[in-house]
Amino acid sequence: MPGPRLSLSGVHKTFGDAHVLRGSDLDIGVGELGCLIGASGSGKSTLLRCMNGLEPVDDGAVRLDGVDIAEPGFDLGPIRQRIGIVFQSFNLFPHMTAYENAALAPARVLGETTAARPRIEGLFHRFDLADHMTKYPDQLSGGQQQRVAVIRALAMRPETLLLDEITSALDPELVGEVLDVLRQLRDDGMTMVLATHEMSFARDVADRVVFMDQGVIAEEGAPEAIFSSPKRERTRKFLASVLR
Amino acid sequence: MSRRAAYEARQRRRANLIAGLSTIAVVGLVILLVPMAPGWDAVKRSFFDGETFVNTFPTLLRAFLLDVAIFAWSVPLIFALGLAIALARGAQSPALFPLRIFGAIYVDLFRGIPVVLLVYLIGFGVPGLGLPRPWNSPYIWGTVALVLTYSAYVAEVLRSGIESIHASQRNAAICLGRNSRDTMRFVILPQAIRRVVPANMNMLVALQKDVALLSFIGPVEILRQAGIFKSLLANFTPYVVAAVIFLCVTVPATRYADYLLNRDRNARS
Repeated sequence: MPGPRLSLSGVHKTFGDAHVLRGSDLDIGVGELGCLIGASGSGKSTLLRCMNGLEPVDDGAVRLDGVDIAEPGFDLGPIRQRIGIVFQSFNLFPHMTAYENAALAPARVLGETTAARPRIEGLFHRFDLADHMTKYPDQLSGGQQQRVAVIRALAMRPETLLLDEITSALDPELVGEVLDVLRQLRDDGMTMVLATHEMSFARDVADRVVFMDQGVIAEEGAPEAIFSSPKRERTRKFLASVLR
Repeated sequence: MSRRAAYEARQRRRANLIAGLSTIAVVGLVILLVPMAPGWDAVKRSFFDGETFVNTFPTLLRAFLLDVAIFAWSVPLIFALGLAIALARGAQSPALFPLRIFGAIYVDLFRGIPVVLLVYLIGFGVPGLGLPRPWNSPYIWGTVALVLTYSAYVAEVLRSGIESIHASQRNAAICLGRNSRDTMRFVILPQAIRRVVPANMNMLVALQKDVALLSFIGPVEILRQAGIFKSLLANFTPYVVAAVIFLCVTVPATRYADYLLNRDRNARS
């Protein structure tokens, strides 16, 4: 059996005085969809940002296919092509069209200028954005912008996708279209880690639900186990507060 | 018309009426009072002589073309150098530390010296080295003085633009695997430059006026030509002509910069 795609062990992270991660351990298998849930400030986003080295960890190891990328001084450039990330606030480049947003990195990093075109256009077609390729971000709805951000990440052909509360900044009626994209990617076998407040989505689609509390992983397991019969008191409390 | 619209229309009519009356009153007073000053007739003759105005206007307008030419070749140099200095000041790598220091000193130095002083120092000083023609031309060294001063200002404007781009844009680019040079070139700079266009427009207006300072070191541009006419005709009207010609260019340019600034502010709020 192959090892996990992503393996975090004993990860610590502080921002000034705030000890945000206090020794987190987590394995994400190849093709798995893991959902990080937990209250705001529990460390979900930070944990996610440590997985691709966007935030350097203070202590502990982050292994991608067995290689410790948290080693200080490790060259993260090549890693970032294999592990994509999508942010809560989209972070599209406002001065480029949707297509240019997606095509820039493949052209500059993979050296694919014309070869990438059919592939990227295919992604726009697949996610119903073919009519919007030449539009600028401020001409698109929030849901469309976020789907473009997913396409931009996918254009690099990553093996793993990190999704940082990507529906939290969206109007409620636009959340569905973005989650549908994730369902399709899951069916493709994409390895994904999603920090989310969408409990019903986590319940329906996740392979594993990871509950974070105060910088540690308090409980993890299959969605039914977590949502129906949580073992820890604080998991119960959190779920009671969000699943009214 | 709704009650509210009718009320607002009434208010607007009232405001316009008051504004009109007060303007007429002020202008009327000026027209009435200024000629009562004891020296008015002399001033009118030496500054607002219609015949001199008409006679000197064509030559001064031609001389102004030289100002425009100096302005035109200075602008690209200023922006290229300003951009280079701004980037040098932002250089991160330890090997480029001397470049950062150089950038900081450059900006401090050339923002700290009055333009006219720099025009004198460089415009008289460098040709004084005994350079052969055409390298002793005041056009070259006057331009250098303007470029040094204005590129320091433009560098600071660009740097403020670069720093105003939110860190999330850099993160997004870095996370796509792009190196920092690519991130600067394709993501940060295009947004930063757009954001500081209004500030740079104001800079260009100031530059257009400061080109006249080159008259002190030789080139017969509009200010010097006006001075020649003044001596020739013993009349100051040519200076007024020069001022009017400058205003014809700088007022529309300033208004356009304000328009850009407002549009930018509205777009962001």
